[in-house]
Amino acid sequence: MRKVAVVGAGMTKFMRRAHETGKELAWETSRMALNSCDLTLKDVDCVVMGTAPDAFDMIHMKHEYLSDGAGAWRKPYVRGFLGGGTGVFTACQAWYHVASGLFDVCLAVSEEKMSSCLPHPQGAFVTCWDQFTESPLGTSLLWFFAWEMNRYMHAHGITEREIALVSVKNKKNAIEHPCAQLPGEITVDDVMNSEIMAWPVKRLDVSPTSDGAAVLVFAAEDVAKRITDKPVWVEGAGWCLDTMYIGQRDLYYPKYVEYAARMAYDMAGIKEPRHEIDIAEPYDPFSYKELHNAEGLLLCGKGEAAKLTVDGETQRTGRQPWCPSGGALGVGNAIAATGVMKVAELFWQLRGEAGGRQVPGKPRRGVAQAWGDEMQVGTVIVLGV
Amino acid sequence: MNEKVKVWPGTPLSEKDIIEKRVLFTEWEPNLKYAWDAGVGYGGYFAGLKEGRIVGTECSKCRRVLLPARAFCEWCFRTVDRWVQLNDTGIVNTFSVAYTGTAAERLKDPLVPALIEIDGSGGVAIMHLIRGGDPWKVKIGMKVKAVWKPKGKREGSINDIEYWKPV
Repeated sequence: MRKVAVVGAGMTKFMRRAHETGKELAWETSRMALNSCDLTLKDVDCVVMGTAPDAFDMIHMKHEYLSDGAGAWRKPYVRGFLGGGTGVFTACQAWYHVASGLFDVCLAVSEEKMSSCLPHPQGAFVTCWDQFTESPLGTSLLWFFAWEMNRYMHAHGITEREIALVSVKNKKNAIEHPCAQLPGEITVDDVMNSEIMAWPVKRLDVSPTSDGAAVLVFAAEDVAKRITDKPVWVEGAGWCLDTMYIGQRDLYYPKYVEYAARMAYDMAGIKEPRHEIDIAEPYDPFSYKELHNAEGLLLCGKGEAAKLTVDGETQRTGRQPWCPSGGALGVGNAIAATGVMKVAELFWQLRGEAGGRQVPGKPRRGVAQAWGDEMQVGTVIVLGV
Repeated sequence: MNEKVKVWPGTPLSEKDIIEKRVLFTEWEPNLKYAWDAGVGYGGYFAGLKEGRIVGTECSKCRRVLLPARAFCEWCFRTVDRWVQLNDTGIVNTFSVAYTGTAAERLKDPLVPALIEIDGSGGVAIMHLIRGGDPWKVKIGMKVKAVWKPKGKREGSINDIEYWKPV
């Protein structure tokens, strides 16, 4: 396999409702990412598209609809779709397109427009359950997260207040993010007193629904070195899927995230992730998910993530910052675009270009992760300089 | 590059812009209906429910109960060996006190959706609802029992179990 670098990135503001259409968002961002590394569409050999359910837009084969905005016409083009795990997988997919030797430059485009779906995009998820044994119960997607959070708290004796600290941290981190949808200074009490959606999940434990796009440019080693003095190398990638029968696995621990992480770490030669990784962007659509996913990423032992958060080790200035971007909770959760935003954050952080969000001490290696499908897929990428 | 960018693309709209139709948009309400055959595995599962029984299947290679009943074992990748009848009691694996329905609409009276480990299945859980009693008194590990619809009203559906009550 060839060495592959990320050489450019761009994103839109994340917002509850965008005036621009999905393809306009994709176009603005693709152009921005190409400009950032002085490439044109002519230099792009192939395009990968990450975008989550067609049901958000009610457009069948949404990637075809988005293809002109993604610069895909008359180029090899493919969409990877792993639900919420799509974003980071889009980066993995771009990586293997180039690593394989088939292409020198790959544009990785992600777009999500959730606001079209009324009254609330969560309704689009009614078809993500088993149509025989689950949907007829009037199932809500939030129930799943409540079950998982409850099981996680129960297994380790973790409290809601400890978990609320993740929302507090990430929304604060997002204050320095120019594209953030819900940045702010909130307290643990604010989270605890916010509306109960599906206990133990409260409103401020949940990321917003968002419109937005994020794009990365991937290049083979020889091309990357001609384009930039600061390539950010893909050191490892991994993905893994668990069973659809949620009653058949214990929700307290995401084994599939661990398997995906091990695949990526083996590739990167990482033996002690908690010591060898400087910054992490675990997927945080819910406050507890940052902790749950970080444990799956082997950044700490099972049940230890809450303590690290309480001790401040995961703050931007802490020993190993988690979600220095502000994450899905602060920047917004434009599903597929959020995963790519997380990889873009590693790119900017490792190049020392993250502005007010810059993690001190020149971080050299980071991991980004997303989670989704039927809440049982893990996608992981490791970047380093 | 991040620091150098002064204007990030994207134009936020407000909810008012949509409700008051201050922006141009189009609406479409799709009218789609689906009919599914439940197949071999689930077919047997639902036939059992209609008779007031919870049935699974068993793979004798990995000695595992598959619940809801299925035609093949996904681990051993072979056809299952037999049907097994399970109890209509179980313990709460995890639960929520939910004030939101399918489209995140708010519910005045909360539902208690739960994963219930069915007795005799070796710890495999199914998704259902708990009712009867204070929702805030539900605990992980609590014993529950199925409350069935009357015999004539069952139609071979997961809703043939009306709910689960604490015992």
